[in-house]
Amino acid sequence: MSDCRDCLHEISDYLDGQLDPELKRVLEEHLVSCHRCKVVLDSTRKTIELYCDGKLFQLPGGVRERLHTALRQKLQDRQR
Amino acid sequence: MGDTRETAVVKDDVALVAEAKAGSYEAFEELVNRYENKIYRLGVNITGSPEDAEDVLQEAFLKAFQHLAEFRADSRFYTWLVRIAVNESLMKLRKKRSDRSVPLEDEIGEDGEPIPRELADWKPNPEQIYAQAEIENVLRDAAQKLPATYRTVFLLRDVEDLSTAETASVLSLTEGTVKARLFRARLMLREELSKVFKRG
Repeated sequence: MSDCRDCLHEISDYLDGQLDPELKRVLEEHLVSCHRCKVVLDSTRKTIELYCDGKLFQLPGGVRERLHTALRQKLQDRQR
Repeated sequence: MGDTRETAVVKDDVALVAEAKAGSYEAFEELVNRYENKIYRLGVNITGSPEDAEDVLQEAFLKAFQHLAEFRADSRFYTWLVRIAVNESLMKLRKKRSDRSVPLEDEIGEDGEPIPRELADWKPNPEQIYAQAEIENVLRDAAQKLPATYRTVFLLRDVEDLSTAETASVLSLTEGTVKARLFRARLMLREELSKVFKRG
Protein backbone atom coordinates (compact mmCIF):
# COMPACT_ATOMS: atom_id res chain seq x y z
CA MET A 1 0.00 0.00 0.00
CA SER A 2 1.87 3.01 -1.22
CA ASP A 3 -0.25 5.86 0.06
CA CYS A 4 -3.50 7.13 1.47
CA ARG A 5 -5.14 7.05 -1.95
CA ASP A 6 -4.60 3.30 -2.22
CA CYS A 7 -5.89 2.91 1.33
CA LEU A 8 -9.02 4.89 0.54
CA HIS A 9 -9.75 2.65 -2.42
CA GLU A 10 -9.80 -0.41 -0.20
CA ILE A 11 -11.77 1.01 2.72
CA SER A 12 -15.17 0.00 1.36
CA ASP A 13 -14.15 -3.60 0.69
CA TYR A 14 -12.38 -3.67 4.06
CA LEU A 15 -15.59 -2.67 5.85
CA ASP A 16 -17.42 -5.43 3.96
CA GLY A 17 -14.78 -7.98 5.00
CA GLN A 18 -13.99 -8.61 1.35
CA LEU A 19 -10.27 -7.87 1.25
CA ASP A 20 -7.88 -10.72 0.71
CA PRO A 21 -5.76 -11.46 3.79
CA GLU A 22 -2.53 -9.96 2.46
CA LEU A 23 -4.16 -6.70 1.37
CA LYS A 24 -6.00 -6.55 4.68
CA ARG A 25 -2.73 -6.91 6.57
CA VAL A 26 -1.09 -4.14 4.55
CA LEU A 27 -4.10 -1.84 5.03
CA GLU A 28 -4.14 -2.41 8.77
CA GLU A 29 -0.42 -1.67 8.89
CA HIS A 30 -1.06 1.63 7.09
CA LEU A 31 -3.92 2.49 9.46
CA VAL A 32 -1.65 2.16 12.48
CA SER A 33 0.62 4.88 11.19
CA CYS A 34 -1.89 7.12 9.38
CA HIS A 35 -4.30 8.99 11.59
CA ARG A 36 -6.15 10.58 8.63
CA CYS A 37 -7.02 7.26 7.06
CA LYS A 38 -8.00 5.87 10.47
CA VAL A 39 -10.41 8.81 10.92
CA VAL A 40 -11.93 8.21 7.49
CA LEU A 41 -12.34 4.51 8.23
CA ASP A 42 -13.85 5.01 11.70
CA SER A 43 -16.22 7.76 10.62
CA THR A 44 -17.34 5.80 7.56
CA ARG A 45 -18.10 2.82 9.78
CA LYS A 46 -20.00 5.10 12.18
CA THR A 47 -21.91 6.65 9.26
CA ILE A 48 -23.21 3.20 8.31
CA GLU A 49 -24.06 2.39 11.94
CA LEU A 50 -26.09 5.57 12.35
CA TYR A 51 -28.17 4.88 9.25
CA CYS A 52 -28.81 1.35 10.48
CA ASP A 53 -29.92 2.43 13.95
CA GLY A 54 -33.24 0.68 14.48
CA LYS A 55 -34.48 3.37 16.87
CA LEU A 56 -34.49 5.94 14.10
CA PHE A 57 -37.22 6.03 11.50
CA GLN A 58 -39.79 4.12 13.53
CA LEU A 59 -43.27 4.68 12.14
CA PRO A 60 -44.50 7.99 13.53
CA GLY A 61 -47.78 8.02 15.46
CA GLY A 62 -50.79 7.38 13.28
CA VAL A 63 -48.87 6.16 10.22
CA ARG A 64 -49.30 2.50 11.09
CA GLU A 65 -53.01 2.83 11.77
CA ARG A 66 -53.54 4.75 8.53
CA LEU A 67 -51.59 2.11 6.60
CA HIS A 68 -53.62 -0.80 7.92
CA THR A 69 -56.92 1.04 7.55
CA ALA A 70 -56.09 2.07 3.97
CA LEU A 71 -55.02 -1.45 3.00
CA ARG A 72 -58.14 -3.04 4.45
CA GLN A 73 -60.36 -0.44 2.82
CA LYS A 74 -58.77 -0.66 -0.63
CA LEU A 75 -58.59 -4.43 -0.64
CA GLN A 76 -62.21 -4.75 0.44
CA ASP A 77 -63.21 -2.33 -2.33
CA ARG A 78 -61.43 -4.52 -4.85
CA GLN A 79 -63.14 -7.66 -3.66
CA ARG A 80 -66.62 -6.15 -4.03
CA MET B 1 -48.87 -33.46 26.32
CA GLY B 2 -48.35 -31.10 23.45
CA ASP B 3 -45.26 -29.01 23.06
CA THR B 4 -46.37 -25.45 23.91
CA ARG B 5 -43.53 -24.09 21.82
CA GLU B 6 -45.33 -25.30 18.71
CA THR B 7 -47.99 -22.64 19.15
CA ALA B 8 -45.34 -19.95 19.37
CA VAL B 9 -43.51 -20.88 16.18
CA VAL B 10 -43.03 -17.83 14.01
CA LYS B 11 -44.05 -18.55 10.47
CA ASP B 12 -41.46 -17.77 7.87
CA ASP B 13 -42.12 -15.50 4.92
CA VAL B 14 -42.55 -18.42 2.53
CA ALA B 15 -45.43 -19.87 4.56
CA LEU B 16 -47.07 -16.46 5.00
CA VAL B 17 -46.79 -15.65 1.30
CA ALA B 18 -48.36 -19.02 0.42
CA GLU B 19 -51.28 -18.34 2.78
CA ALA B 20 -51.68 -14.78 1.49
CA LYS B 21 -51.69 -16.09 -2.08
CA ALA B 22 -54.48 -18.45 -1.06
CA GLY B 23 -56.50 -15.43 0.07
CA SER B 24 -55.57 -14.95 3.72
CA TYR B 25 -55.49 -11.25 4.50
CA GLU B 26 -54.31 -12.07 8.02
CA ALA B 27 -51.18 -13.71 6.60
CA PHE B 28 -50.53 -10.68 4.41
CA GLU B 29 -51.06 -8.39 7.38
CA GLU B 30 -48.40 -10.32 9.27
CA LEU B 31 -45.99 -9.61 6.41
CA VAL B 32 -46.96 -5.93 6.60
CA ASN B 33 -46.28 -5.90 10.35
CA ARG B 34 -42.93 -7.49 9.71
CA TYR B 35 -41.67 -5.02 7.13
CA GLU B 36 -43.61 -1.75 7.57
CA ASN B 37 -40.83 -0.04 9.55
CA LYS B 38 -38.15 -0.96 7.04
CA ILE B 39 -40.21 0.11 4.05
CA TYR B 40 -41.09 3.40 5.73
CA ARG B 41 -37.42 4.04 6.52
CA LEU B 42 -36.47 3.27 2.93
CA GLY B 43 -39.17 5.67 1.69
CA VAL B 44 -38.05 8.47 4.00
CA ASN B 45 -34.42 8.03 3.03
CA ILE B 46 -35.02 7.93 -0.71
CA THR B 47 -37.66 10.65 -0.97
CA GLY B 48 -36.48 12.79 1.96
CA SER B 49 -40.09 13.37 2.94
CA PRO B 50 -42.09 11.64 5.70
CA GLU B 51 -45.29 12.49 3.81
CA ASP B 52 -44.05 10.89 0.60
CA ALA B 53 -42.74 7.94 2.61
CA GLU B 54 -46.23 7.32 3.97
CA ASP B 55 -47.62 7.25 0.42
CA VAL B 56 -44.79 4.93 -0.63
CA LEU B 57 -45.58 2.65 2.31
CA GLN B 58 -49.26 2.35 1.37
CA GLU B 59 -48.68 2.00 -2.36
CA ALA B 60 -45.90 -0.57 -1.95
CA PHE B 61 -47.96 -2.89 0.24
CA LEU B 62 -51.07 -2.39 -1.85
CA LYS B 63 -49.20 -3.28 -5.05
CA ALA B 64 -47.50 -6.19 -3.31
CA PHE B 65 -50.91 -7.62 -2.38
CA GLN B 66 -52.37 -6.99 -5.82
CA HIS B 67 -49.42 -8.62 -7.59
CA LEU B 68 -48.73 -11.38 -5.11
CA ALA B 69 -49.62 -14.04 -7.66
CA GLU B 70 -46.69 -12.85 -9.80
CA PHE B 71 -44.19 -13.25 -6.97
CA ARG B 72 -41.88 -16.17 -7.64
CA ALA B 73 -40.32 -18.01 -4.76
CA ASP B 74 -36.87 -17.87 -6.35
CA SER B 75 -36.20 -14.59 -4.53
CA ARG B 76 -36.91 -13.37 -1.02
CA PHE B 77 -40.30 -11.74 -0.46
CA TYR B 78 -38.54 -8.83 1.22
CA THR B 79 -36.29 -8.20 -1.79
CA TRP B 80 -39.34 -8.23 -4.05
CA LEU B 81 -41.11 -5.78 -1.74
CA VAL B 82 -38.05 -3.52 -1.68
CA ARG B 83 -38.04 -3.42 -5.48
CA ILE B 84 -41.66 -2.20 -5.44
CA ALA B 85 -40.93 0.40 -2.74
CA VAL B 86 -37.82 1.69 -4.56
CA ASN B 87 -39.83 2.13 -7.77
CA GLU B 88 -42.58 3.96 -5.89
CA SER B 89 -40.02 6.20 -4.18
CA LEU B 90 -38.21 7.03 -7.41
CA MET B 91 -41.54 7.86 -9.06
CA LYS B 92 -42.19 10.34 -6.25
CA LEU B 93 -38.80 11.92 -6.88
CA ARG B 94 -39.36 12.14 -10.64
CA LYS B 95 -42.59 14.01 -10.03
CA LYS B 96 -40.66 16.52 -7.95
CA ARG B 97 -37.90 16.99 -10.49
CA SER B 98 -39.42 20.16 -11.84
CA ASP B 99 -38.32 21.99 -8.70
CA ARG B 100 -34.69 21.27 -9.74
CA SER B 101 -33.68 20.55 -6.18
CA VAL B 102 -33.51 16.79 -6.47
CA PRO B 103 -30.43 15.29 -8.08
CA LEU B 104 -31.98 12.11 -9.42
CA GLU B 105 -29.34 10.90 -11.82
CA ASP B 106 -25.62 10.74 -11.40
CA GLU B 107 -24.61 14.31 -12.03
CA ILE B 108 -21.17 14.09 -10.50
CA GLY B 109 -19.65 11.44 -12.76
CA GLU B 110 -18.10 8.21 -11.63
CA ASP B 111 -14.57 8.88 -12.77
CA GLY B 112 -13.40 11.48 -10.29
CA GLU B 113 -11.79 10.43 -7.04
CA PRO B 114 -13.77 11.08 -3.88
CA ILE B 115 -11.37 13.08 -1.74
CA PRO B 116 -12.06 13.19 2.01
CA ARG B 117 -11.86 16.79 3.22
CA GLU B 118 -13.29 16.44 6.72
CA LEU B 119 -10.49 14.75 8.62
CA ALA B 120 -11.21 15.56 12.25
CA ASP B 121 -12.13 12.83 14.72
CA TRP B 122 -15.82 12.51 15.48
CA LYS B 123 -17.32 13.09 18.89
CA PRO B 124 -17.85 9.71 20.50
CA ASN B 125 -21.41 8.31 20.36
CA PRO B 126 -23.25 11.12 18.58
CA GLU B 127 -26.48 9.13 19.03
CA GLN B 128 -26.17 9.78 22.78
CA ILE B 129 -25.24 13.45 22.45
CA TYR B 130 -27.89 14.55 20.00
CA ALA B 131 -31.64 14.18 20.24
CA GLN B 132 -33.11 11.41 18.11
CA ALA B 133 -35.09 13.85 15.96
CA GLU B 134 -31.98 15.93 15.41
CA ILE B 135 -29.99 12.92 14.17
CA GLU B 136 -32.86 11.84 11.93
CA ASN B 137 -32.81 15.27 10.30
CA VAL B 138 -29.03 15.21 9.87
CA LEU B 139 -29.17 11.75 8.26
CA ARG B 140 -32.07 12.66 6.01
CA ASP B 141 -30.49 15.95 4.88
CA ALA B 142 -27.15 14.25 4.19
CA ALA B 143 -28.82 11.49 2.17
CA GLN B 144 -30.71 14.06 0.11
CA LYS B 145 -27.44 15.65 -1.01
CA LEU B 146 -26.52 12.49 -2.89
CA PRO B 147 -27.87 11.70 -6.34
CA ALA B 148 -30.71 9.21 -5.92
CA THR B 149 -28.75 6.57 -7.82
CA TYR B 150 -26.00 6.61 -5.17
CA ARG B 151 -28.34 7.05 -2.24
CA THR B 152 -30.46 4.08 -3.25
CA VAL B 153 -27.47 1.76 -3.59
CA PHE B 154 -26.25 2.78 -0.14
CA LEU B 155 -29.67 2.26 1.42
CA LEU B 156 -30.21 -1.16 -0.10
CA ARG B 157 -26.73 -2.47 0.68
CA ASP B 158 -25.90 -0.91 4.03
CA VAL B 159 -29.25 -0.17 5.62
CA GLU B 160 -31.58 -2.83 4.23
CA ASP B 161 -28.78 -5.38 4.16
CA LEU B 162 -29.38 -6.65 0.64
CA SER B 163 -26.42 -8.44 -0.94
CA THR B 164 -24.51 -6.87 -3.81
CA ALA B 165 -26.23 -9.32 -6.18
CA GLU B 166 -29.71 -8.53 -4.80
CA THR B 167 -29.07 -4.78 -5.01
CA ALA B 168 -27.84 -5.15 -8.57
CA SER B 169 -30.95 -7.12 -9.45
CA VAL B 170 -33.38 -4.67 -7.80
CA LEU B 171 -31.78 -1.66 -9.51
CA SER B 172 -30.92 -3.39 -12.82
CA LEU B 173 -27.24 -2.57 -12.41
CA THR B 174 -24.08 -4.67 -12.66
CA GLU B 175 -22.48 -5.78 -9.42
CA GLY B 176 -19.41 -3.71 -10.32
CA THR B 177 -21.53 -0.57 -10.58
CA VAL B 178 -23.19 -1.34 -7.25
CA LYS B 179 -19.78 -1.65 -5.58
CA ALA B 180 -18.45 1.55 -7.16
CA ARG B 181 -21.54 3.56 -6.18
CA LEU B 182 -21.56 2.12 -2.68
CA PHE B 183 -17.94 3.18 -2.18
CA ARG B 184 -18.65 6.72 -3.31
CA ALA B 185 -21.95 7.00 -1.43
CA ARG B 186 -20.35 5.92 1.83
CA LEU B 187 -17.59 8.50 1.51
CA MET B 188 -19.98 11.27 0.47
CA LEU B 189 -22.28 10.61 3.41
CA ARG B 190 -19.32 10.42 5.76
CA GLU B 191 -18.22 13.81 4.50
CA GLU B 192 -21.63 15.35 5.18
CA LEU B 193 -22.04 13.79 8.62
CA SER B 194 -18.51 14.81 9.58
CA LYS B 195 -19.50 18.47 9.28
CA VAL B 196 -21.98 17.91 12.10
CA PHE B 197 -20.38 15.24 14.25
CA LYS B 198 -16.70 16.27 14.22
CA ARG B 199 -15.03 17.35 17.42
CA GLY B 200 -14.40 20.97 18.21
